[in-house]
Order: sequence, then C-alpha cells, then structure tokens
Amino acid sequence: MTLLTRTEGAHAPVPGRPRRGPGLSAVPAFVFMALVAGYMLLPVYWLLVSATKSQGDLVSTPGLLLADWHLGENLSALFAQQDGVYARWLLNSLAYAGAGAAIGTLLAAMAGYALAVYRFKGREAVFSVILGGVLVPATALALPLFLLFAEVDATNTFWSVFLPSVVSPFSVYLARIFAAASIPEEVIEAARIDGAGEWTIFRTIALRMMSPALVTVFLFQFVVIWNNFLLPLIMLQDERLYPVTLGLFTWQSQTSRVPELQTLTLVGALVSVVPIVLTFLLLQRYWRAGLAAGAVKS
Amino acid sequence: MTTTRTPATTPRRRTLAPFAFLAPFLIPFVLFTLVPVGYAFWQSLHRTERTGGTFGRTETVFAGFEQYADVVSEPFFVDSLVRVALFGLVQIPVMLALALALALLLDSAVARLKRFFRLVYFVPYGIPGVVAALMWAFLYDPQLSPVVGLLRSAHLDVDLLGPGAVLFSIGNVVTWTYTGYNMLIMYAALQAVPADLSEAARVDGAGAWTIALRIKVPVIRPALVLTGVFSLIGTFQLFTEPQVFRAISTSVTSTYTPNLAAYSLASSDRYSEAAALSVLLAVATFALSFLFLRFTARRQG
Repeated sequence: MTLLTRTEGAHAPVPGRPRRGPGLSAVPAFVFMALVAGYMLLPVYWLLVSATKSQGDLVSTPGLLLADWHLGENLSALFAQQDGVYARWLLNSLAYAGAGAAIGTLLAAMAGYALAVYRFKGREAVFSVILGGVLVPATALALPLFLLFAEVDATNTFWSVFLPSVVSPFSVYLARIFAAASIPEEVIEAARIDGAGEWTIFRTIALRMMSPALVTVFLFQFVVIWNNFLLPLIMLQDERLYPVTLGLFTWQSQTSRVPELQTLTLVGALVSVVPIVLTFLLLQRYWRAGLAAGAVKS
Repeated sequence: MTTTRTPATTPRRRTLAPFAFLAPFLIPFVLFTLVPVGYAFWQSLHRTERTGGTFGRTETVFAGFEQYADVVSEPFFVDSLVRVALFGLVQIPVMLALALALALLLDSAVARLKRFFRLVYFVPYGIPGVVAALMWAFLYDPQLSPVVGLLRSAHLDVDLLGPGAVLFSIGNVVTWTYTGYNMLIMYAALQAVPADLSEAARVDGAGAWTIALRIKVPVIRPALVLTGVFSLIGTFQLFTEPQVFRAISTSVTSTYTPNLAAYSLASSDRYSEAAALSVLLAVATFALSFLFLRFTARRQG
C-alpha cells in the first residue's frame, strides 16, 4: 500500500523539460472520458429521477426529466408494502453480508497469517487447494450446496445462505499476501523471545499490523455477499429470509401483474444502492490497495 | 496459554500453531466448497429410480455417465454453450479494450479530473448485478425507456429485447457493470510501473502512444491476464442478468445459458442431470482458464 501512495505522483512530467511530441492531445482524450462517464452515470441518473415520480408519471413523462415530486410518497409506500417486508430484506442483507464478511475476514486473516509466517510441511499443498477454490465460481457451487443442504433438511434457513458465504478462498489469498508484506519476521521473533504465545502474538501484533489490509478484505467479501443472487434464489422460499437483491427481483417479476410494483422496485433499488455506493466511495483507498495486490503479485 | 518458555514445549507449540490457525477456515472450506463439489460429482453418477408404481420406494442406482450423455444430447446444451461463447468473443474484448483505454488515459499526463473520472467509472461495480440488470431492463422497456424514445425520434425502431438484440443488451449490462472494476485492476498495475521507464522512453523520443502500447502494456501483462481469466469465468457462469431479463423478454428462454439451464433442471427436480451439468460447467471453466493462462504464458516466453 505504501508503494502505491509513493508512486502516485511519480508520473507527473519532470519540471523544466519540455515534453516531446504532442502524442495524445488533451481535448479528444477529455471528450472520450467524459462520454464514458456519461454512459456510466446515465442509468444512475435515470434511477434517481424515476424514484421521484408517481406510477402514472413514470410511464407518461419523459424519462430523463423530473415530473411532480413524489419521492416521499414512494418511500413511505416502499416501507409499507407487505407489512414492511422491504426493511426486513435490508436487515437480512446487512446480516448476511456484515456478519458473514466479518467472520470470513477473521478466518481468512488467521489462515493467511499461518500460510505467510510459518514454514510447515504441506504448506504449499494447502495453499494450492485454497487457490483452486478461488477458481471454482460461486455459481457453480450454489446447486451442489442446495443438494447438500436438502440432504440434511436445512434449505430455506438463514444458515443455508449465511454459512457458505463465510468461506472466501480469495480472502485467504489476499490475507497471505498482506501478512507476508506487513509483518516483519524479526518482530515475531522478538515477541517469542519475550515469551509471548503464538495466539497472543497473532492477536496483539499481527492483527494490528494487518488491520488496514483486513479492511480491504472485509470490503471485498461484503460486496460479494451483498451482491449474491443465485445462492439465496436457490436456497430460500420464505420471503422473510430474502436479501434485498432477491426481494427486488421477485417484485420486478410480478410487475406485469401488479404495475404499482414498478415504482416500488425502482425506489427500492435506489435505497439499496445508496449505502453501498457511499461506502465504496469513502473507502476507495482500500479498494485500490486490494486490487493492486491481486493484480501485481499474481 | 502460558508465557513461560521452556525449550521442550516451544518447537512443539510452534509446529501445531499453523494448523490451529488454519483449521477455523479449512473446516468450513471443506464443508462448503470441497464437499459440495464431490457431492455434485457423486450425484451426477447416480439416478433416482422409482420401483412399483406410485407408492413404490425410490432408490438411488449407479448410472455411470448416463446423466452426462443425457445432458450433452439435449439441444439446449450446445445452444447455450455456443451462445455464451459468442457472447464472450464479443463482450470480453470490447470491455477489456475499453477498460485498458481508460486505465492508460488515467495514468497518462494528458487526462484532467482524474480523481473524478476514476470514481465515476467505478460506481457501477458497487451496484449489485440484480439491481444493474433491473435498471437496464427498465431502460430497454419500449414503454418506459428514454433511450428507445430517442432512437424512435431518429426513426430507428429497434426492439432491444427482441431475439436478435437481447444478447447484446445483456452484454451491455455486463460491460457497464465490470468495465470500471477491470479498469481499476489495470490502473493499479500501471501505478506500479516505474516512472523512469516511461521517462527514459520519452527522452529517447517515444510519443505517448508508443510509451503506452510498447512499454506500459507489456509491463502490466499479469494484470491483463488476470482480468481475462476473471471475465472468462464470469461469461461461462452468466446467470443473474439473463434471469432478470426473463421477466421482461420472451427471447430469453429457461435454458438461455448453461447456468440457467442447470437451474431450470434443478427446479424441475431433475437433480442428477442438474448436477452433471454443473460438473461439466465447472470442469469447462477450469480448463478454459487454465488453457488461457498457459496460452498467454507461452506467448510471453
């Protein structure tokens, strides 16, 4: 991470020396980048505008222009629908993603620490199997997981979605890289000489040194779980256990029969996206560090 | 955990410690990743048979690779595979080229407002796939969409959800969602390219284009390969977007992609065939990523 911040300004032209050749000129580059930015923002802007419209205006007024302001009514309708099931979905998502990512990060930190710091027989074999797990896509696992949970009669429960979400081989991979980079061997050796136990060393020294990196790991896993769709779709029948993504999906698939759900789906989508986009933007630094580790070291 | 250190216990404690640290991860990893894979494979080799009419017992019998033969001979198998392959051939290069262009521009001295653009490009990745697909589904809807309205006023009457266009419409959603993510991976790698490398080339008279294509791109190869593998895996696993689009477009069938087909098989209680298809899909994905890695590694050497 320090490497990244250090190279940040390294690309500025050296003062006093004229740059040779025009190369790319600034204006077309800017126009291109602005056009792409427009493409990225258009759907978000449309969602913002649409969330403020009544169901009638949604169909009858131009999509990119504001009509009568109905955001307040839409929001109260959203939270009133089916006895406030939407709030329940939000809380579920928070529980699946928040608790799942927190536990997952701790497990990954311990495993990554063990793989980075200790030299033991079978270390590379264990790491290879974990890396193999990275290549097994979550969607390929969803169906087998369903069959397995059906075997013990545990589908359609909170745990059927929560437990598989905790496991993230990619987090272990990241944690190992971060642990190797951020914990000097001498520090551990010194602590051992001072008489500290292995667990104490991990808890009081290693965890602290890894903590900025662990924020990254947590964020990655949080978003992956929050966005998970196939696993809850396969596992859950009870609407009260749905995460918000699955809830919105069921509303949208009913819009042909219940047109009012169109507005609710849109407002619901907006409300569900705001917290995660904000988190993203506020913690951008950590994201870039995590992506850099994934890209550069592989 | 005592803090007294005796020569006899220290090495022993230290040989056990890594396993104690690994176990809390490995146990759920085995249970929820390795066992399901193994179980799916086992299930794919067996078939449930009913004996003696409606009230008879069901029993599981070994069927070898029968299930696989059944799945492979279904018309949807080849259709859906060809569909995702076509999808990947067009969508992956478009998305990665766009991501690379943006990353190089952000990394070059030319660009203005870098911080703002970097932020904006990354916003779609923060939006869940389901929500992104929902949003675009509304934007493709002939009744609601300002985009379709604009095209109509230019006398272009296109049905973005029709059989010919819907695959491209889905491709657009995927491109929109993941371009920024791939761009950030490439951009992060570009940041680690030593500045004196480009500076030396500049002194030698190389233009910005040459520096970008001849120096920066080769250096960030590992990052490019990584985005390629991730995109390939994503393409063969395509599920969320077509599943959402099924609600609004009759062109998206229940067996539109291999993953969708596996899901449909499972929902109609054909578990063994669903398992066989899942295994085939996982093996194919694995093999493709592996081949891709090998191929790109050889070209380098």
